[in-house]
Amino acid sequence: MHKAEKIWLTLSFGMIIGFMLITGYQAFAKDMGPPSYGERIDPQKVDETAPFDNPGVKQIGENEYEVVMTLQIFSFTPNEIEVPAGSTVHFTMTSKDVTHGFQVADTNINAMVMPGYISKITQTFDEPGEYLVLCNEYCGSGHQLMGTTITVK
Amino acid sequence: MEAIKKEYWKDKANKALGISPEDARITKSYLIVAFVAILVGGLLGLLQGMNRAGILELPVWLNYYKVLTAHGLLLVVVLSAFFTIGYFYAGLSHSLGGLLPKVRKMAWIGFWMKIFGFVLAVIPILQGDASVMYTFYPPMAAAPMFYIGLVFIVLGVWMLAFGAFINVANWRKNHKGQHIPIISFFATGVFVLLFFGSLPVAIEVFYIIPWALGWIETINVMVSRTLFWAFGHTLVNIWYMTAISAWYVFVPKIIDGRRWSDLLTRIVVIALVIMNITGGFHHQIIDPGISESVKYMHVFMSLAIGFPSLMTAYAMFAVFEKTARKKGGRGLVGWYKKLPWGDVRFLAPFIAMAAFIPAGAGGIVQSTNQLNQVAHNTMWVVGHFHLTLGMTVVMTFFGVSYWLVPYVSGRVLTKEINKLGVIQTIVWTIGMVLMSGAMHWVGLLGSPRRTSYSTYFDNATALSWDPYLFFLAIGGTLLMIGVLLQVYAVFHMMFLAPKGETEFPVADVEEDATPTPMWTERWGLWIVLMLGLVSMAYVIPLVDFIVNAPPGSPPFKTW
Repeated sequence: MHKAEKIWLTLSFGMIIGFMLITGYQAFAKDMGPPSYGERIDPQKVDETAPFDNPGVKQIGENEYEVVMTLQIFSFTPNEIEVPAGSTVHFTMTSKDVTHGFQVADTNINAMVMPGYISKITQTFDEPGEYLVLCNEYCGSGHQLMGTTITVK
Repeated sequence: MEAIKKEYWKDKANKALGISPEDARITKSYLIVAFVAILVGGLLGLLQGMNRAGILELPVWLNYYKVLTAHGLLLVVVLSAFFTIGYFYAGLSHSLGGLLPKVRKMAWIGFWMKIFGFVLAVIPILQGDASVMYTFYPPMAAAPMFYIGLVFIVLGVWMLAFGAFINVANWRKNHKGQHIPIISFFATGVFVLLFFGSLPVAIEVFYIIPWALGWIETINVMVSRTLFWAFGHTLVNIWYMTAISAWYVFVPKIIDGRRWSDLLTRIVVIALVIMNITGGFHHQIIDPGISESVKYMHVFMSLAIGFPSLMTAYAMFAVFEKTARKKGGRGLVGWYKKLPWGDVRFLAPFIAMAAFIPAGAGGIVQSTNQLNQVAHNTMWVVGHFHLTLGMTVVMTFFGVSYWLVPYVSGRVLTKEINKLGVIQTIVWTIGMVLMSGAMHWVGLLGSPRRTSYSTYFDNATALSWDPYLFFLAIGGTLLMIGVLLQVYAVFHMMFLAPKGETEFPVADVEEDATPTPMWTERWGLWIVLMLGLVSMAYVIPLVDFIVNAPPGSPPFKTW
């Protein structure tokens, strides 16, 4: 093997390991890992199961909110969300039918919402504005209409 | 002794006379299907690009999601698989002294099974009963005929995989102590992956069929999704491995050079075979129900595939530089002038390789845990796989077609068709760069994939995506022109070009190359290692999904 190739392969190997170290540090030390909540739910009894029997926005602390949300073709419940700027919002979600995706443009919120599973994701909204919420997993003929907004005042 | 002699003469005869007409017919048929698929699939792609840019409203009977399902199936399943099979069967025939009559028969049975399966799958798509995309995630349920069609496609693939194994095993028996010829070594790797990679999706489909028929009431959504991606990502790397086989084996010959180290080439193949299937999990990084530590392990397994790719990057440029310097090229990079830029058989695969630099880097970005959260299910991903599949893989296939098609049709590549090929390559490059560049960018801004044109009730953010989406239509139009040029070139070389002999351009190793050790041929061991790694990756999450399963989901038809 040529010396230049040895250097190249060492750098390549080091780069991949470097990636892994940074990713691991961010995921486990800085708590920046991807949404991975594991709780299960009966997808045919979502409306009768707490907390989804009462979806909505709840204040749970100073500047802290919980949004309990169901996703179904082709809408989000609740669909009008308003929080003050600077608040941290915890989303707790599940699907009542097929697989959906929960994405908020201009933030890092992006989570799969699947029947039978509860998804959780947290975001602090510092900038006021109207954020576009949309479903990013194809869910049927009205998929392109599955959108709403979060208003941060 | 007698047998060896006979074998030797058969090899010689094969090299002198080119491919036998029976073997040529197999490759020709597969290539014709592949290029018809790109013609139809490309047209459907153009319709989507136009719709997505807000220029074209599709009529109700030609719904966006129906078109998208068909586009995906035609290009992802038909084009790539038929080209791969036609190409490798020509390679097996050339390097192993012709296909065995039994294997030839299997290739035909596989061909018709695949066609039959595809027809079965397409009927419900056209009827609007299977707008489920080629990923068909339950609990969306298509008409049962769609899944039965998929079964036949998989069975056809297995037929071809076993045909290849039988031919290679037969050659090995008659050539004890020798290395499998390099192109057949790649073919063996690809067919091993095709077989083991399609096992999970076969299990998934056999699980879905009784559910779609209503025999069982509910389905485990996570198990089926996971089984799909164990296959889905392997398929991606099968195309990639097919493309790099052309880079390692044929491109050096086309530029009058020698092959890269035989040992390192074989190590790349082995590494890709062992590490591939576990990559599928990075499609599920933001899924619920999988713990962060399991996800982290899968990110590592996914990124590991980057290593053989970086080995390939070095190897290719080393071959180019060495060849160019031998021809008198000078300077740090000035040697590039000595490469045959006017030869489409080099130009197309070269741009394909260059495209893999950003494409591979983008892949590393999106399979890395928290970065995946930014890109997942946005147009970024669509941009990524148009750069990888649409440029790296398909442009390599295009480049290969300019010698493979005349080789099997007993014709030659004319100057005019070469020129057409160069123009096609340039049109395709500009089209793909525009389209996939715009897709990457608008994806970062939040525009979702697999979504027909929508302003989300005139939302300002969604409206701000429109200028980028317009580039999709421009790129898509250029690509359609590229498809027409390419399909014309292929059919011209197949039926109209002047008769003559075209070489099957396998490059030789360097004269002073050290012999490759025999341990590279231990395929049994590679398969065991691959299965070991697959178990490491999949046993824990799958057992968890099954043992701790939530109540299942009934079928839904939401379109």
